[in-house]
Order: sequence, then C-alpha cells, then structure tokens
Amino acid sequence: MLNAQVSNTNTTVDDLFARFGEHVFELQPTPDNTPTLWLDRAKLVEVLSHLKPEFPMLLDLFGIDERLREHRHPASSDFTVVYHLLNFSRCEEIRLKVGVAMGDLCVPTTVGVYPNANWYEREAWDMFGVEFSGHPNLRRILLPPTWVGHALRKDHPARATEMEPFSLDDEKQAREMEALTFRPEDWGMQRATEDAEYMFLNLGPNHPSVHGVFRIALQLDGEVVVDSVPDIGYHHRGAEKMGERQSWHSYIPYTDRIDYLGGVMNNMAYVMSVETLAGIKVPDRARVIRIMMAELFRISSHLVFYGTFAQDVGQMSPVFYMFADRERLFGIVEAITGGRMHPAWFRIGGVAQDLPKGWEKLMRDFIDSMPARLDHYQKMAMDNSILKQRTVGIGTYNTQEALDWGVTGPNLRATGMDWDLRRDRPYGGYEQFDFEVPVASNGDSYDRAVVRVEEIRQSLRIIRQCLDNMPEGPYKSEHRLTTPPPKENTLQDIETLIHHFLNVSWGPAIPAGEASVPIEATKGINSYHLVSDGGTTSYRTRIRTPSFPHLQQIPLISRGLMIPDLIAIIASIDFVMADVDR
Amino acid sequence: MSDLGSMYFGLFLLLATIGGAAVLTWFERRLLGIWQDRYGPNRLGPFGIGQVAADMIKLLTKDDWVPPFSDRVVFIFAPTTIVVAMMLGFAVVPFGPDLYVIDLNIGLLFFLGMTSLAVYSVLLAALASNNKYALLGGLRSAAQMISYEVFMGLSLMGVVMLTGSFSMRAIVEAQADLWNFIPQFLGLFTFMIAGIAESHRLPFDLPEAEHELTAGFHTEYGGMKFAMFMLGEYLGLILISCMIVALFFGGWLGPFLPPFVWFCLKTFVVICFFILLRAAIPRPRYDQLMTWGWKYMLPLTLLNVILTGGIALAMKA
Repeated sequence: MLNAQVSNTNTTVDDLFARFGEHVFELQPTPDNTPTLWLDRAKLVEVLSHLKPEFPMLLDLFGIDERLREHRHPASSDFTVVYHLLNFSRCEEIRLKVGVAMGDLCVPTTVGVYPNANWYEREAWDMFGVEFSGHPNLRRILLPPTWVGHALRKDHPARATEMEPFSLDDEKQAREMEALTFRPEDWGMQRATEDAEYMFLNLGPNHPSVHGVFRIALQLDGEVVVDSVPDIGYHHRGAEKMGERQSWHSYIPYTDRIDYLGGVMNNMAYVMSVETLAGIKVPDRARVIRIMMAELFRISSHLVFYGTFAQDVGQMSPVFYMFADRERLFGIVEAITGGRMHPAWFRIGGVAQDLPKGWEKLMRDFIDSMPARLDHYQKMAMDNSILKQRTVGIGTYNTQEALDWGVTGPNLRATGMDWDLRRDRPYGGYEQFDFEVPVASNGDSYDRAVVRVEEIRQSLRIIRQCLDNMPEGPYKSEHRLTTPPPKENTLQDIETLIHHFLNVSWGPAIPAGEASVPIEATKGINSYHLVSDGGTTSYRTRIRTPSFPHLQQIPLISRGLMIPDLIAIIASIDFVMADVDR
Repeated sequence: MSDLGSMYFGLFLLLATIGGAAVLTWFERRLLGIWQDRYGPNRLGPFGIGQVAADMIKLLTKDDWVPPFSDRVVFIFAPTTIVVAMMLGFAVVPFGPDLYVIDLNIGLLFFLGMTSLAVYSVLLAALASNNKYALLGGLRSAAQMISYEVFMGLSLMGVVMLTGSFSMRAIVEAQADLWNFIPQFLGLFTFMIAGIAESHRLPFDLPEAEHELTAGFHTEYGGMKFAMFMLGEYLGLILISCMIVALFFGGWLGPFLPPFVWFCLKTFVVICFFILLRAAIPRPRYDQLMTWGWKYMLPLTLLNVILTGGIALAMKA
C-alpha cells in the first residue's frame, strides 16, 4: 500500500519506473518516507548515472549484514549495500539498495559516478567484506591492514571478552610494524624524478595541528606538497558496532562522542531517527529546548574552530579569548544539563529534565555579551592582513567539486551554495525560527572561516528567539516509548508502570523499520541510519558524519601548495577525528 | 674602565644576562597571560616567580638523551654555539658611559658577526638531528637568515654614517642632541624586523613553527640541550633590545636617573614590545617572508642608506 503511495507522490520514483521499467525496482516502505528502492547490482551504475544530475550528492554509502535480521525485506539477500542520495533544489533524498549473497559478495564500483564513493566503498569492504569490482584502491580504511575479519559482520565479536586474550609476540610485532611502512608506490607516487628525489614526510598521527589523531603522508618537493595520502582510523572506536549492543536509550551518550565538539547536536540526529521509527511526536517545549541547546553547541564548536584556525596560522592569542567564551557557555550548559562537553541530555521523546529556574538570565547575559566580543575578534583575527595572506585563495574548491566530494555544511556554503537543511527542509521545529544562512563565494580557507563566524551570530539570533518564545508545557512526550517515561503517571495505572519498568530495565523495544533524519550539525550533515528489528537494541546503526568526506578531498585541494598552506586547509575544514573514524 | 674592572663587569654581565633570560621566560608568560585574559604561571612564590626555579630544576634533571641516529658531536655542540655567540655579543653593549666589557672601534660589526654565528647553531642542530622536520626547519632558517642578515647590516649603516664610527660608545654619545630613531626611523623599522627574524620569535619563528613543523630544528632536543636553545633565544631577544636602545634610543642617555637605570628601563620597554608582537601577529608563510625581505625591506634599507648618505654629505658641504 505504501509502495503505491510513495510512487504516486514521488516524481523521481515515477521517473525511474518510466525509464527503467517498474519490474527493475522493489519499493521498501520506511517510517521516514524516504523512497527506498531495491534493484539488481547489474543495473546499479546505470541507475546512479541517470540519477546523478538530479541528485548531485552521494550522501552516504554503507553496508548492512542482513543474515540475522527477522524483519527482512523480501528482496534482500545476505548483505545489503545502501546508496543514499541527496537532491538540493527539492531537498529530497532517495535510497538505493543492492542485495548480495554470501558466496558472491561483489558490487560494481560507483567511483566513476560519485568520486566520494571511494572511501565509503573502502569502508564497506573493511567492515563487511563486500568487494567493489573496479575500485581503484580497495583496501582497509578504518581498521589496520593486519586485521582479520570484517568487524561489522554479525559473526564478528564485539567485545574483548568474546575473543582470545590479546598477545603481542616479537613476530607479530614485526609483522605489524612492517604493515605500517609507507610505500609510495602503493599510492601511485614516484620516489624520484630524473633529477631529484622526493621527500616523504609523515605528518601525524601525533602532530600539533592535525586536530586529533589524523595522519597524512606527504610527498614533498622542498616544502611544496606534490601529493598526499590521508590515513584515518586511529580514532576508530567501533561506535556503529556498539550501537548493536547498547539499548536504544543507553546509546545516547555514545553519540555525544562522535562529533565531540558538538555535544547534544549529536543526540539530536540520533533521537530524531529513533522517534521517527517509533512514531513519537515531541512536545513543543522539548523541541524548542532542543534547538536552543543544539545552537548553543554550534556556537561552542565554531568558537573552537575560530580560535584554532587563528592559532594554526600562527596567531597565538585569539584561541584564549574564544576558549574563555566557551567556558562561560559551558557554565550555562552545566547549569541546564549537569554536563559540559558531553551532556547526553536529549531523550527519546524529549529531554532529560525541564529547564532550571533562572536559566533565562544566564542565557540572556551570554547572548547579550557575545556580539561585541565577536566584533572584537573580527578585528583581531579575521581582519588581520597576515591571516588573510595565509588563507585567502588557499585550498579552493568550487560548488561542483564540493558536491562531487560530498562536502556539506559551512564548507559547502563557503563555495556560494545557498543551502541549509535548517531552512530548506526544516526539522525538529526550525521552521518557526527566523535566521539567515550565511554564504561566501570563493570556497577558500578564509571563506570557510567567514561562514562559520557569521553562523555564530545567526545561532545567537535563534537562541534569542528561543528565549523570548519558550513555550510552556511538558518537556517529554506522553508516548509509551518515551525513555524514561514521565514519572508522574507510573503511580496512577499499572499499564504505565509496566512500560516504565520495561523501558528503564530492558530499554524500549522500537518497532521494526529503517529511518534516518539528516540534520545540519556543526560541521555539516549528520544522520543516523537506524535499522530496528523490533528489539531493544538497534540491528544496525549507521552514522553519516560530515567530516569523513571532508578529509577525503584534502589531497585535491592541497596539491602544489606548501606545508603551511596544508595546515591552514586542515584548520579551515574544521573536523574532529572522532567524527571521521567513529 | 680598567682591565680588571671590565673583567668583573663581564662576569657580572654573564650572570645577569643568564638570570635575566631565565626571569624573562616567566615574565613573558605572565605578560602574555595578561594580554590573553588568563593568569599564566602564578602558583609558585610571589606572582609565580618561583616557576623560574621549578623550570630550571626540571630541565636540569631531565634525561640527557642523544638520539642514536644523530651526528653525536655536532648534536651536542650546536646548542652551545647560540649561547656563546649571543653572550659574546653582549661584550660590546655600552650599558653606561663607563659600563661595558670592551669598547671596540668595530663594535657594531662585532655584534653583527656574533649574531650571524648564532645562525650556525640552528643549521647544525637541524642537520645533526637527522630528522625531516628538523631538516625543513633548517632549510627555512638558512633562507630566512640569509635574506634578513643582508638588510640587518645595511639598516644600521645610516646610524654609522651619522656617527662616523662603528664604536658603540661613540654611537650613543653622538645621540646626545637627537636620538637616532627620529632621523633613522626607516633604519629602526627595518632593524627591528630583522632583529625579530634573527632571534626567530613569533611572527618570524618559521624554523620552529610549532603548528607546521612540530618544533622545527629542535624537534629532537630535550632537557638541558633544549634549554640552551631557549636560553639562546631569550639572550638574543635581550641583546637585540639592548642594541635597539643603544643604536636608536640614546642608550644610557636620560635625565635624573643614573645612566645604567635608563638603559635597563629602555631595554625593558623594547622587550615588552617584542612580547606584544608575539601575542598579536600571525605567522606569515615562508615564501611570503622571503618576498617581504627581498622586495620591500631590502629596497627600503638601501633607500635609507642613500638618503642618509646624501643628506649627511649635503650638510657637510
């Protein structure tokens, strides 16, 4: 029934049916109403190429191990590869799914259609062992090259207690060390030209300016970067695997640590997906509180960016001012949530507590004082001529390149693309707010900073509207899957008491289905594709983070520049490694 | 000053400058703290001055490690060079009418020679470390020093022409009527920039460039050998400030207060200014620094030399 509904209302699906024939596809109903089509791998590249003009961005690509799933779609096989595409003008998404059976885990590569599929396909291979035929460089990306097995398969152990105790003998150590050796030939690099040798510099994973444990191997001619190979995975903590063990409720604190500068912004993407699966409607007050806290964390994240950006081009002082502001901001977060960087404060169906008495004054003092301080920083950092010299025209890409490489958020808006999920496809109540979407035009390091600085001001504006219009009412939904449920009712009737007991001890059992709700997080589009099999844990948790594709395109924009430029680019991209490696 | 007297003064100077450099590490951190809305080291002793002693104990007791892949002799020799060269540079600084170690008739050239020697320290350290970051730091240092040495010397020629002598004492005495920073403002400007570059402090700390090259030329250094580089840097800062005072701000000249006090006060102000620069300015890129040096600074110094020479000649005629 839903198949018919979707195909009747969705022009893209109609178009696909008309072009390739309806028998090629199978529609899968999803609670988030994103058209989800199954198709045969033989048709995949053709269909994707056809969709590319309409859907210029490959938002995500990931695998699902279907073997233990009870509520499987009839079209599925042992493993599924999901292609999640995004259209900007109509703000539409579409999912394509390809099923592959165990003995024949092979899908044609889509790197030729969407360049950013490169890393995603490597990740799917790393985690599920799905081969992508024709992929230029199919090797492990998040796990070390010596890893045995594919970590997100259902038969791969998730805990150390399920494995043999770890040991490292001399032979194994030698093998591990050997595997770490950087061989330029593996990456298509020459060691020397006819008259000169290149120097290969290992930047990171421990380096002051790579913002975490990010390694990038550089091929240098003097100080000029000829080519580079980003190497990620040092911060991989198996967050997606953990999603399959933790209850829906107890996974919330893990999300905090994905984009660890984003705090509750991560909770937002996660709980909204769960609520879509469960069909929970969140009361207005909770919605506004969520937006207010999320925007507060956007400011916090951008302040860290602002300070470290200036610091990475060698300006020593600004970071201290911005951290002082952030400290005051955390004071407010602490007063409201009890936590600071990782409050884990959003709940399925609402937020953890109501706002404390006196929160308005704290918040108002903060947002009143910020604009003047931002003006001051503008003069100190952004208007500084040396800072401009270091960043204007450095690390430039245009809108088309950004779309090809899956760049979202401020980094996309810096190229002149006037697009923001909060405004163009409002989620969680953003449609009630009045704010502008800052856009720059050159797509260079400086513009990426300009956009973020202006976003701080816009976030202040949104918070002020929250302050002035905070609705009264409950901060949690009355829905039975709200976790923990409103306590008052539990002593009234046995039904609620049972729900309370079950939801708190075992965790809520979320109805079977699949959903993802993309949100405009601090660094770009963040979403949690959650697969529920009707149990108390997620069957598959896929985290789409903005930083992952952002890092992939570093080699492209840094070729021919110098090491200091590379540092400026890294600073301007604004990533955290937990957001990349998960 | 008698030979014995200047020997004693030399000894005093040795201790005073090393002590001064040590205190300066604390002072700079406090000052930066004030400008950056934070405290800086304020725990140990009054105003945290005990930090100096604590740092010293830490550095002295650290493992004295030489990386096995380095060139051992040069690796150890390199950090001493900068300290020795900078200390020797102090010999010609006139702290008062009769307060100096030696009044060479080529005092200024001696100073330039000593600061040039200090460059070797960085280069040798970079080469001996056998480390890629150090090598890049060394490369930058070599390029930066060559470009900035050129106009560092030239920027002082205006002062020499006005005085007619290379003797530091004569230069200060010649400023009795008018301090050199007025007629020689171009010289002051260029010398100051060359001076920061010479002591490779932010914004011209490219050989170190923490954010790019981790620690640049001293990546492999630790403990006392690292401390020697720090000492050298701070000695360099003091020396350059002393020279700026002596060459452009009338040295010990000033009313009421004793000459030595005047000299120290002026030097203090210049040092504070250098610290302020560090707090305020980002680091230019290496090629931008070169462009600056050769395309703007060098022509400016040459212009200064021509103008000063022309005016001096005209006034004589």
